[in-house]
Amino acid sequence: MNETLLISILAASITAGTPILFAALGELITERAGITNLGVDGMMLVGAATGFMASVTFHSPWLGVGVALFAGALMALIHAYLTITLRANQVVSGLALALFGSGLSSYLGKAYVGMRPEQTFEKLPIPFLSKIPIIGPVLFKQDALVYLSYALVLLAAFYLYKTRAGLFLRALGENPAALDAVGINVFGLRYIYVVIGGALAGLGGAYLSLAYAPCWLENMTAGRGWIAVALVIFALWDPWRALAGSYLFGGIDALGFHLQVLGIPVSIFILNMLPYIFTILVLILVLIKRGGRLAAPQSLGVPYDREER
Amino acid sequence: MCMFSKWERVLLSCLLVGSLAVAGCGSGKKDTDKGGKTKVAFVHNGSINDGGWTNAHSNGRLALLKDNKNVEASYVENVGDGADAERVITQLASQGNKVIFATSFGYMDSMVNVAKKYPDTIFMHCSGYKTASNMGNYFGRIYQARYLTGMVAGKQTQSNIIGYVAAFPIPEVVRGIDAFTLGVKAVNPKAIVKVIWSNTWYDPAKEKQAALTLIDAGADVITQHQDTVGPQLAAEERGKWSIGYNMDMSKAAPKAVLTSAIWNWGPYYEKVIKEVQAGTWKSGAYWGSMKDNVVDIAPYGPMVPEATRTLVNQAKQDIISGKLNPFAGPIKDQDGKVRVEQGQIMSDADLLKIDWFVEGVDGYISK
Repeated sequence: MNETLLISILAASITAGTPILFAALGELITERAGITNLGVDGMMLVGAATGFMASVTFHSPWLGVGVALFAGALMALIHAYLTITLRANQVVSGLALALFGSGLSSYLGKAYVGMRPEQTFEKLPIPFLSKIPIIGPVLFKQDALVYLSYALVLLAAFYLYKTRAGLFLRALGENPAALDAVGINVFGLRYIYVVIGGALAGLGGAYLSLAYAPCWLENMTAGRGWIAVALVIFALWDPWRALAGSYLFGGIDALGFHLQVLGIPVSIFILNMLPYIFTILVLILVLIKRGGRLAAPQSLGVPYDREER
Repeated sequence: MCMFSKWERVLLSCLLVGSLAVAGCGSGKKDTDKGGKTKVAFVHNGSINDGGWTNAHSNGRLALLKDNKNVEASYVENVGDGADAERVITQLASQGNKVIFATSFGYMDSMVNVAKKYPDTIFMHCSGYKTASNMGNYFGRIYQARYLTGMVAGKQTQSNIIGYVAAFPIPEVVRGIDAFTLGVKAVNPKAIVKVIWSNTWYDPAKEKQAALTLIDAGADVITQHQDTVGPQLAAEERGKWSIGYNMDMSKAAPKAVLTSAIWNWGPYYEKVIKEVQAGTWKSGAYWGSMKDNVVDIAPYGPMVPEATRTLVNQAKQDIISGKLNPFAGPIKDQDGKVRVEQGQIMSDADLLKIDWFVEGVDGYISK
């Protein structure tokens, strides 16, 4: 395999993986706080639609990003109210929001289908860094949002493992009663992390409509939100593994297309199965190694009720 | 014990009803029969704004309404195959619609079932193969338009590599690739058509990525068989050319789009309704051609030279008059084996089940 081909496959993997990475990071934070959010795909769609609309109307892609973050956060606020305050079934609320987001985004974006944004996020090579052989053009010849995603992974990993607040976040998903006992507001914190998770899902959608495509079409996520949910399990709730997983999932398409161009007859159906086969393999390996215990937060999916503690 | 608490049930139903109400906005609700107008309804799998397949049918409905003042037409969009389709079609029939058009292959069996229950309603199914005494099917020879757009691409390319982002290896798509390649070869024997299967109908980001891969491999004209403009956006971004499909795609990629192979359903819908109103409608299978104005090519982009336009316009006239048939022999397949002899023309039956690429296609039919 020659160098240009390798660079082109790897760079395409990162571009294709980035929308999934944003959404997966959001879901990771949400699940670390003990809440499952299956509405990611709907939140991505609402982010994609509203971000695109704002970007076209105000000629500013960055404003579009802001609006997408806000829209995703609002959707997640509904989820937070339902699952934290009302202690509703998290699966039900998430699924309902996924459907709701698909309908809402189609309705809102109707007039914007097929429109062309004047400004989009274009490739922005970083001086010096982009000159490093292979790694340079792969990692540092991307758009601003990709750089933002690197920063977010770093930040999330540092926050989660190295800060006191990160410790509380992990405890939220493991043992919220213990936090409550030392006077931490479990409900308030969970609200915050669910809303941040939704905002990141909105950002993932905006990456699709403002940088990747860039256009708005109904249901344009094509199920990427669901891949993000699966990816969090694949990543075993770790930001760095989420990054690796996103690029792996994104890279499979890139690899498949390049193999086709080279005339190498691999079945694209098998290629499309690979991410899911990997997820199942990771689950099996981890479960065998840890004797049937997954790294999932202990209280994931369990509504916190002070009277039951 | 119920699985969900009372609260959850209330909230869940609110959310679901809310999302359905939003998703269903714009659906046809006109039930009343006013002054002897013929009531017609359309059922679509996509959105009438998709910029592609369903949009083209929707434009046909608007043309029908403009042409025929004695028609009242409603539509329902985003209807899934299977149980949903059967319910929607039944409802439309029970509301007294005289003619119902269904524009997704996946509606076929649902429509056959409903047609049995409503013998006085006329059912028209697009792109399928089943008929009944009160149900016909219809489709168009888009391959004729593909051939012409292939000529445009063959004339325009400088790298002699043309990229084709294809959805799934089914006869409809293979036929389009073959016709397009035959058009390319007719004007530029040196050019090849590289095919990538996206295995999607609707994933703009992925389809764009497939087109970018083709551009990386040297293609300077990109065409596609998808329901989105993803491949066109790739060409626009990289400063390459593109050929659209379904509708005139120049709005999505003004600098890239040379022309598009387009559906033009208006004349056909007008014809069917006139027959129904005159009482002369008969069930059958219809495969409309360029002569019937069901398929066409969109206006050329400003970058297409005059010489190309003259050449392609002449070929269009020849297709309409019957002098030119894209699938007239000799046609060789990828291995150089003659599949259609000199003087022969491929039959409709063979065209409908075509599963091989003509010479000049660089790609394989994935199994």
